[in-house]
Amino acid sequence: MAYSDKIIDHYNHPRNVGSLDKNDPNVGTGIVGAPECGDVMKLQVRVNPETGVIEDAKFKTFGCGSAIASSSLATEMLKGMSVDEAVQIKNMRIVEELSLPPIKIHCSVLAEDAIKSAIADYKKKQTDAEQASVGEPAVATA
Amino acid sequence: MSPKQTAKDHVIYLDNHATTPMDPRVLQEMLPTFTQVFGNAASRNHEYGWEAEELVDQARDRIARLINAGGKEIVFTSGATESNNLAIKGVAEMHREKGNHLITAVTEHKAVLDPCKRLESEGYEVTWLPVNREGLIDLDQLADSITDKTILVSIMAANNEIGVLQPVSEIGRLCKERGVLFHTDATQAVGKVPVDVEAMGIDLMSLSGHKLHGPKGIGALYVRRRKPRVRLTCQMDGGGHERGMRSGTLNVSGIVGLGKACDLAREEMAEESARVGGLRDRLKDKILGALDEVYVNGSLEHRLPGNLNVSFAYVEGESLLMGIEDVAVSSGSACTSASLEPSYVLRALGVGDELAHSSIRFGVGRFNTEEEIDYVADKLIGVVQRLREMSPLYEMALEGIDLSKVEWAHH
Repeated sequence: MAYSDKIIDHYNHPRNVGSLDKNDPNVGTGIVGAPECGDVMKLQVRVNPETGVIEDAKFKTFGCGSAIASSSLATEMLKGMSVDEAVQIKNMRIVEELSLPPIKIHCSVLAEDAIKSAIADYKKKQTDAEQASVGEPAVATA
Repeated sequence: MSPKQTAKDHVIYLDNHATTPMDPRVLQEMLPTFTQVFGNAASRNHEYGWEAEELVDQARDRIARLINAGGKEIVFTSGATESNNLAIKGVAEMHREKGNHLITAVTEHKAVLDPCKRLESEGYEVTWLPVNREGLIDLDQLADSITDKTILVSIMAANNEIGVLQPVSEIGRLCKERGVLFHTDATQAVGKVPVDVEAMGIDLMSLSGHKLHGPKGIGALYVRRRKPRVRLTCQMDGGGHERGMRSGTLNVSGIVGLGKACDLAREEMAEESARVGGLRDRLKDKILGALDEVYVNGSLEHRLPGNLNVSFAYVEGESLLMGIEDVAVSSGSACTSASLEPSYVLRALGVGDELAHSSIRFGVGRFNTEEEIDYVADKLIGVVQRLREMSPLYEMALEGIDLSKVEWAHH
């Protein structure tokens, strides 16, 4: 199967490979897929809690070239986006951008899931932190 | 006009289980049959027919000599798929009165599995023997599976994915003792390892031209003529060629090519298999020496000299192939096909789906060189390292997470 130049470019020069500290309250982590299905994506975002803007995005992917390219492209798109915009990203945007062939559309679906999962994780952390700060008495400064 | 650049100019070919390049000596032998000696081998009334028939008979003898058979025991077909179909369906149909039971193994080629499945749907009973971790069937289990209704055992000589050699001699002996016909799909074995239909007790055997540096579109079925005389129902009706077992004008060019390819194999096999096996070992040792968590699939001891099937943990096969774009190999990952099912052969060995997705099949052949092997090994090692750097699974494994305990979001 012939890959598009964009897929090959992302495969050969993946953008934003790496990991962010998953324990950082401003970092959201999404891990989707399963090894036995042949693809697993880990996508992470670091959000500025003041502005709600994604300041950094990283990925690691086990999967075919299209899966790698889809997640690499996703991290590129996410940087500078607000969290609310990010959850609106649809897989078809990745399909079009990379010219993914029909049998590889599931890779873009997985990338969309990874984005949603990472944002959900970030939001959960924020809510948990808020509840924790409401529920617990203020720490007295000695 | 300069000739168009083809893959051969810039891609190293290491997929010799899929097909092999034709040996130029085979082509030389075939050339006159296209324009000079073009007669129909069945034409009895003139010299054109006679000389074509003579070439066909010479080819029969050459093929027979390689496998220790007689020329009259060779039935020409279009390839191993047809040979397998003819052997299995032909025997089943012919011996319907005697019994309706067949035995085969789960790691067989689709060209054996699917004819058996069809027979099953038509009321025959089929025993599908499992294989062990090494890819080998259990002889006791085979013996226990044979009943008085069993008419055929079909077990391949060498597997097309993992190159594992089944104990053909032992199977042949067992079948003989129990009075059951034994068919072996020897497509990958003939010309690569010694095959002797007498010593191995083989009654029917499929082989193909293009797997041993011959042309595509030609194959043969060996059909034993003595002790016992094997009878089968033809699957192609027509002019009654090949002693009624396979009608259709003989593909003289292909036949001549197959004959020459067998002749070359007989003369050069010993030397070639030692050389090819050495290259395969060189590739294996380099890879295993440089990378951790690399697993060879299937027995190394009972194996074709040119085969190496390895899984690279934490790296998906298709992305690996993309990284070695100037090397032609094949992957056990089925991510390219509509289904996400990885290789059924690796599954049968008990290789987990994640490792099956990470597998690559190398097929070293006659025309590969040491330089090619070194280049491929180095390139592959680099790509595996790079992909592991970006693999979340490798990261998790390094953190000490047991991947089998993780609850994955299946999709």
